[in-house]
Amino acid sequence: MCALRRDSVGYTVAFAAVVCLVCAIPIAAAAVLLRPAQEENQRVDRLSKVLDVARLVQPGEELTRADVLARFAERITPRVIDVRTGLPVDSVDVERYDQRAASRDPEQSSPAPVNEAKVLRIPRYLVVYELHGASDDKVEALILPIQGYGLWSTMYGYLALEHDARTVSGITFYEHGETPGLGGEIENPRWQARWTGRKAFDDNGDLRLRVVKGATGPPAADPYRIDGLSGATITSRGVSHTVLFWLGPDAFGPYLERYRTSQRAEKL
Amino acid sequence: MAASRIPPTLRDPLFEENPIARQVLGICSALAVTTLLSTSLVMCLAVTAVLIASNVTISLIRHWIPSSIRIIVQLTIISSLVIVCDQLLKAYAFGISKQLSVFVGLIITNCIIMGRAEGFAMQNGPRASLLDAIGNGAGYSAVLLVVATFRELLGSGTLLGMRVLPLVSDGGWYLPNGLMVLSPAAFFLIGGLIWALRTWKPAQREVEISVHIESPEHDELPRASAVSSSPRQAA
Repeated sequence: MCALRRDSVGYTVAFAAVVCLVCAIPIAAAAVLLRPAQEENQRVDRLSKVLDVARLVQPGEELTRADVLARFAERITPRVIDVRTGLPVDSVDVERYDQRAASRDPEQSSPAPVNEAKVLRIPRYLVVYELHGASDDKVEALILPIQGYGLWSTMYGYLALEHDARTVSGITFYEHGETPGLGGEIENPRWQARWTGRKAFDDNGDLRLRVVKGATGPPAADPYRIDGLSGATITSRGVSHTVLFWLGPDAFGPYLERYRTSQRAEKL
Repeated sequence: MAASRIPPTLRDPLFEENPIARQVLGICSALAVTTLLSTSLVMCLAVTAVLIASNVTISLIRHWIPSSIRIIVQLTIISSLVIVCDQLLKAYAFGISKQLSVFVGLIITNCIIMGRAEGFAMQNGPRASLLDAIGNGAGYSAVLLVVATFRELLGSGTLLGMRVLPLVSDGGWYLPNGLMVLSPAAFFLIGGLIWALRTWKPAQREVEISVHIESPEHDELPRASAVSSSPRQAA
């Protein structure tokens, strides 16, 4: 019946090819058809992390997609800023702007200077999330997207600064590939809590924050040091470099400088 | 009476030939995802769905699969199904898929699925393979859910995220057992389950291999040919 025997080389190769083709169809279909839903999930997940670091979510509270979007719209204003001047940019639609995609696009980014966070390209425009008071428009916190290399992977997260743009109010990571239980503990809320209240900049505006090995005192007595993760020296170092890079002159530095100047002007 | 009408292919994997407790397969995921009942439920559904689809597909094409590449063909089909399953979870159950992380992808290497494909679907028709898949999926799920119930209740004081035992930290009386949240707890629980099952059904006990080879009376057993290579099936 069959021209080829079941164990002949020709039949085997042909069978393997057909199996591959047939299997490729459902995979390709799933990848293409489900992508919009998956991307929306990831976007909402990132926004919920912004809410989290802004402390708009109670520990253990489960938010639906609608909750996340509503809470975000109520208290948080995303802004696009120019990385060199720190000035807000109105020509870019903040809803549509994707900073991660922009940093891969040669048209929208430039090579970053060599840095220990191993950030290769820096986009021309950065996103900043401003947390407003529930009743007034006063800025309560600034939430900055950060990314940098740990031991195995690029870690993506958010760093929140208080309204003085000096004090850290929180840090969180939403995507990374660090070792679960060791470097993966950057997701641990208890470790993240060690950041709260530390000073990123000293009174002269110099960047002083470091993740170190060994116990550190309470924020009031030991404002610039954070106890690293035990068993995850390289990841801890990576987090330290990441934070320094994004608060530094090549990233959010000019924006923060400008913001602090305007805050001082308001007080006078 | 009712039990006897259930085909053995469907019934046996629950207790007699349970994939985890008896065949000791699929242990990796049983340790990893059972800290919470909700993640275990999704994992059980995913594994059962993949198992059913792979068993039926492989059974349907079993006469055409060249024997020299049968394992890789099975693996290709299983991995395709797992990828589709993973994509579906990422689109419609994002929170759970984030908690399950790599373990959905690792269903590909779950020995139960490969084991049923090679051990059953390659020799049996699609109907029997379907029942076998449902049975093994149920057997896997039963163990996972029992382990997860213990681990979530004792480790976090909750069931499906709902507070059952009030924690000391919230002003209640229950001090959570930290061990239950860690993987070794699943080892203890599965060990306990296997012990209980083998006490209830002594036929499942492992027998020393030398006994079978040396004692001639066992040669008269119907499955004696399997004795020397596989001591478990002899009992």
